[in-house]
Amino acid sequence: MKIAIASGKGGTGKTTVATAFAQALSRKEYSVSLVDCDVEAPNAHIFIQPILDQFEDVNVLIPSVDADSCTGCGLCAEVCQFHAIVVIGGKTLVFPEMCHGCGSCTLVCPEQAISEIPNRLGVLEGGLSQEGIRFGHGILDIGEPMAVPVISKLKKWQNLMDAEIVVIDSPPGASCPVVESLRGADYIILVTEPTPFGLHDLRQAYQVTQVLGIPAGIIINRDGIGDTGVDQYSAEVGIDILMRIPLERKIGQGIAQGKSLLEVKPEYEKYFQQLYLQIGEALSSGNNL
Amino acid sequence: MIIAISSTDGKFNTEFSPRFGRCNFFIIVDTDTREWESKPNPALNARGGAGPQAVQFLSGAGVEATITGRYGPNAYTTLEAAGIRAYVAEAGTPEELLDAFLSGTLEEVSSATGEELHH
Repeated sequence: MKIAIASGKGGTGKTTVATAFAQALSRKEYSVSLVDCDVEAPNAHIFIQPILDQFEDVNVLIPSVDADSCTGCGLCAEVCQFHAIVVIGGKTLVFPEMCHGCGSCTLVCPEQAISEIPNRLGVLEGGLSQEGIRFGHGILDIGEPMAVPVISKLKKWQNLMDAEIVVIDSPPGASCPVVESLRGADYIILVTEPTPFGLHDLRQAYQVTQVLGIPAGIIINRDGIGDTGVDQYSAEVGIDILMRIPLERKIGQGIAQGKSLLEVKPEYEKYFQQLYLQIGEALSSGNNL
Repeated sequence: MIIAISSTDGKFNTEFSPRFGRCNFFIIVDTDTREWESKPNPALNARGGAGPQAVQFLSGAGVEATITGRYGPNAYTTLEAAGIRAYVAEAGTPEELLDAFLSGTLEEVSSATGEELHH
């Protein structure tokens, strides 16, 4: 089963939940992999402490124009949806950071003046944790704006997605990198905080899960602050509240020291194991679908 | 000579726009006759690459020099390829900037002056 953790708002506790969930299930003898898709700021490794011993670059192929055979006809610039290639003053300019690597310019060039060269966007790192969790994350290079190719390659890397249980830690927000992370999941846990800001972004994230057609439930983190908006919303749209993690100084301190939730609050091992069974039952009975 | 000045409201006597790729209008002026017209910037709502698209538009309009607040790296690279000269100003109306251009007091830049701006 593939379970993705998303939130909408950043800093609600996605990684806290994802790492605790993966740890709890691996202690129950499941084969578990944890895939940190938040490639702009991956941090699940801090809590899982895998030994990273596998590395692979992520490249997209970008056009390289041979100025001698280019006639400046402009077909490549016309076909490019992202304006990554521009023909001006008889010269053909390539803007690598805008290129999505689709290859259309190479295909339409009547002079075969375009060849494709790899442009590095980031790197994948993977390895096993001491508890036996198979771990992988991507790191987007500084200055590169496109996270999706890194996430997409991560999800096909090293058979990470073949484990009995795959826990996906999604980036915040509700845009392309989130969609790429959630795609293919069997269930989505939306982690939110009970504040107007948390609710605002939860609504957007929930809409993404609906468009993708993936059942979802909510974990309220820092329960006890804010207002009752998230509870009202979940009752309105009929999403289950799966768990409430209270606002406690002890938890905050532990996380800030790089301790996982299970280290600070061992009773959550049992809660997350129960949660997994609950999700399995809901999915098999067709509830929540 | 045809020059283009970035503008917020498309008028000749109100403050210019310091943004290049995502200004609302370009004031296109013939420096010999002082005749001008206002053209909406087709790159205004571009998802990405507004600078290069704005330059393509200006190049097609026969523009030989531009005046704005600052240029991002992609806009500047494209201007250079198009052979369009790039000038910067801090403040002024298109009318005042035209006079400054004609009197040779505007600063011409030879590299990008601003980091890439994302919206």
